[in-house]
Amino acid sequence: MITASGFLDFALLIAFVALGIGQILSMVRLVLGPTPGDRILALDTMVINGLGLVVVLGIYQGVQIYFELSLLIAMLGFVSTVALARFLLRGDIIE
Amino acid sequence: MMGQIIGTYLVAICLIIGSAFVVIGVIGLLKFNDPMTRLHAPTKVGTIGIGMLLLASMLQSVVAGDSSLHELLILAFLFVTAPISANFIAKVHIHGKSCPPVPKPPLDDTWSTLKTPSDES
Repeated sequence: MITASGFLDFALLIAFVALGIGQILSMVRLVLGPTPGDRILALDTMVINGLGLVVVLGIYQGVQIYFELSLLIAMLGFVSTVALARFLLRGDIIE
Repeated sequence: MMGQIIGTYLVAICLIIGSAFVVIGVIGLLKFNDPMTRLHAPTKVGTIGIGMLLLASMLQSVVAGDSSLHELLILAFLFVTAPISANFIAKVHIHGKSCPPVPKPPLDDTWSTLKTPSDES
């Protein structure tokens, strides 16, 4: 019978590996991506996976200080996605 | 003590569900063969995958003794902004001609995003 903290360590390992695989596979799509929209989507997914990595690191170390960092990553990811899409749509970000 | 053990198991189960959704969404992003279909898969990473990881973080802070609900703020922000960025990327696909042309709307002349200034009179 596995103990509770051992099971949590196992789950943390699975989460780190899954988010790392996510970063690598979306980077493959970023390099391959036939259309510009695919590249924007892959960058957005990479930002979201990085946010997940920071959250899992916060659980692993048992501290609360990563909250501000993950909020900042979420806001910057949204703004950069919208700016890239708007640049491709209109040729200008702020008209 | 019993509640702490059950809480730790819940944190681990939430982490496993979230990482499963992350891997499934990213494999969908890599394997689908149509730009609009590829747009569909990674939205699950942003909502359910990261949502489960943030839920695990909240449960962990409750188990550790100093409960905080700060992660709800990130969760609400992600749930609000994910459809907006997906809509922008879909518009990039439509205007970049990288997907089949959209069918005509049943009642109006054309979709508002495809309307050119010369159409308005």
